[in-house]
Amino acid sequence: MTNEQLNSGNPRVDIEYRRKKNAEEMKHQVISFALMIFLTLVAFVAVAYEGFSGWFIVPFILILAVVQVIFQLYYFMHMSNEGHEAPKLFMYSGMVVGFVTIICYMTIIWW
Amino acid sequence: MSTIAQKRGFGAVLWEYLTTVDHKKIAHLYLFAGGFFFILGGIEAMIIRIQLIKPNNDFVSAGLFNEMLTMHGTTMIFLAAMPLLLGFMNAIMPLQIGARDVAFPFLNSLGFWLFFFGGVFLNLSWFLGGAPDAGWTSYASLSLASEGHGIDFYVLGLQISGFGTLMGGINFLVTIINMRAPGMTYMRMPLFTWTTFVASSLILFAFPPLTVSIFMMMFDRLFGSNFFDASMGGNTIIWEHFFWIFGHPEVYILILPAFGIFSEIFAVFSRKRLFGYSSMVFATVLIGFLGFMVWAHHMFTTGLGPIANAIFAVATMAIAVPTGIKIFNWLFTLWGGSIKFTTPMLWGIGFIPSFLMGGVTGVMLGAAAADYQYHDTYFVVAHFHYVIVGGVVFSLFAATHYYWPKMFGTMLNEFLGKITFVLFFIGFHLTFFIQHFLGLWGMPRRIFTYLPGQGLDTGNFVSTIGAFLMAAGVIVILINIIMTSVKNEKVGNDPWGDGRTLEWAISSPPPFYNFKQLPLVRGLDAYWIEKMEGKKGMIPAEPLGDVHMPNNSFVPFVISLGLFIAAFGVMYQADEGNTWGIPVIILGLAITFGSMLARSLRDDHGYHIHKEDLMDDNDKGVKA
Repeated sequence: MTNEQLNSGNPRVDIEYRRKKNAEEMKHQVISFALMIFLTLVAFVAVAYEGFSGWFIVPFILILAVVQVIFQLYYFMHMSNEGHEAPKLFMYSGMVVGFVTIICYMTIIWW
Repeated sequence: MSTIAQKRGFGAVLWEYLTTVDHKKIAHLYLFAGGFFFILGGIEAMIIRIQLIKPNNDFVSAGLFNEMLTMHGTTMIFLAAMPLLLGFMNAIMPLQIGARDVAFPFLNSLGFWLFFFGGVFLNLSWFLGGAPDAGWTSYASLSLASEGHGIDFYVLGLQISGFGTLMGGINFLVTIINMRAPGMTYMRMPLFTWTTFVASSLILFAFPPLTVSIFMMMFDRLFGSNFFDASMGGNTIIWEHFFWIFGHPEVYILILPAFGIFSEIFAVFSRKRLFGYSSMVFATVLIGFLGFMVWAHHMFTTGLGPIANAIFAVATMAIAVPTGIKIFNWLFTLWGGSIKFTTPMLWGIGFIPSFLMGGVTGVMLGAAAADYQYHDTYFVVAHFHYVIVGGVVFSLFAATHYYWPKMFGTMLNEFLGKITFVLFFIGFHLTFFIQHFLGLWGMPRRIFTYLPGQGLDTGNFVSTIGAFLMAAGVIVILINIIMTSVKNEKVGNDPWGDGRTLEWAISSPPPFYNFKQLPLVRGLDAYWIEKMEGKKGMIPAEPLGDVHMPNNSFVPFVISLGLFIAAFGVMYQADEGNTWGIPVIILGLAITFGSMLARSLRDDHGYHIHKEDLMDDNDKGVKA
């Protein structure tokens, strides 16, 4: 109990609150898990289906991958919870820097 | 009791410093190692200037001149300026946020020893067959063609010291995010802490590109890969991009802490709150952000094409805006202040116009079309020495005088300090101002000699005279340091009398646990607020309790030593007929990973200073 933040003097209230919150979180996790399975299936179908060209499939799968990473971070690694502002800031800054580098290498080096 | 100073033998002191994890002692190590490399880089600079004092001079040969200028640049950036700044960050930042140490004391020590062994490795090249000679930028087509082991020393030395710097940066970030005293919100942090924070995040993002490119260079030179070899399908331009994606943030890693130091000094010696604190923070963060968008302005003449050049030119000029905000805020801090012209303040007053001139030539160089004229001339040399010396080195001198009492408990002599300032300031402008014109008159940079009668003789002569004045200034500060250390007159908490931030609320030097009780911070300039209300010290935010401290450790030294040994193996195994290279690599890495494993397996929980021991020395009068 020492590591958990109690918001009131009455432990009963907090347990009720936490139980409700855990149930809520579980629901989110199940939904996102189902969505992730679905997105994976979509990716397989996109590759298996003969009608799409590589120019569609590669960016499409990349977008699906990004969505999956977001699900993973926010619902399974609890980035949606409070107290993650600093990690978020640094992750996004790192992504921006990495993205700018990749854009640069793709556009102005191998011309 | 352990806090009472005892006379100890040289061996005990040495062992204490080899094993220390105390941020204040590590700051001393950074200061002395950085100072040593600063002197070394200064000697190299003097040799460069003596060679150029007259046309057709033969003081050094062309090859040795290349090694000198390469080692001057590399040493000054990686082994002098950055470690000295890391030293001041280590010494002051935890005190400013009211912390008892940095977040990872062990990593702090490891970071120092990695830097130190990397620097030593790099400089051993002088004795082992020649130093690197492809410039501090070490462009791939040039450095791949360089013979001997010079570039290998550069690559391996910087790789090792780069790991250390990266660790230092991460450590400071975690410390500032997690270990601020109660009440110390982000917008109450002193400016030096803010600039440390932004500079550390730049280290976090800028050093990986350097690590990657150095790795590729290492494989190209020592293990037969061809990342940069155009004839084998590589691309030599990749190195330039990687280097400058690192290199441009690197100059902000240097200048932002310098801005922080001067922001502290201006506020203290104008005896006013820093003007526009929130805009200063905003400008610092914005400079850090824009610093990643402008690296290609070092490569305008590489042939990126007009569109890329234009984008990077505009982004470059945008940086002038937040920097301008800072300059005006400093001026408004001075405006109407009750100014004391102490030595640190003199450096500050000298810094504003000097740095501004460097900034203005920066905007000139940032205009891509005009840059074709300035590129690779002494105009560029003048520009970056105006910002690095006029900004960073001035701040280092200022911080040395300003924080010396906090770090060592004794004041540097003010009179000698002012002599240092006058000599160095005049010498600096004499050396570098004329170099703008030398560049415009057509003198290329990195050239080892020039012919008479081309209008370059007088300018170079003047420049060399200035360099001697700067050297004289450095000698005076060394004399000053020795004199005051021998006298060792102890000073109190707040020797400047106008300290505003938390570090001045505790004794000089602070006890090894820093704060007996963590202080309660009630606003910006926390100590000043308490002083204005007539209080002697900070209000404690917690009752007196046991303080948890980490144990000293010799492991960081051994880990770094292992990499140092392995680096020799990596370098010499590429020689033809070499048989001992691979075993040495294995030995070195075994030492490194073995000591890591030993540390992981053995639990070290540190120790506690007990409440009763803390109550014994009742110098503070703070009762729980």
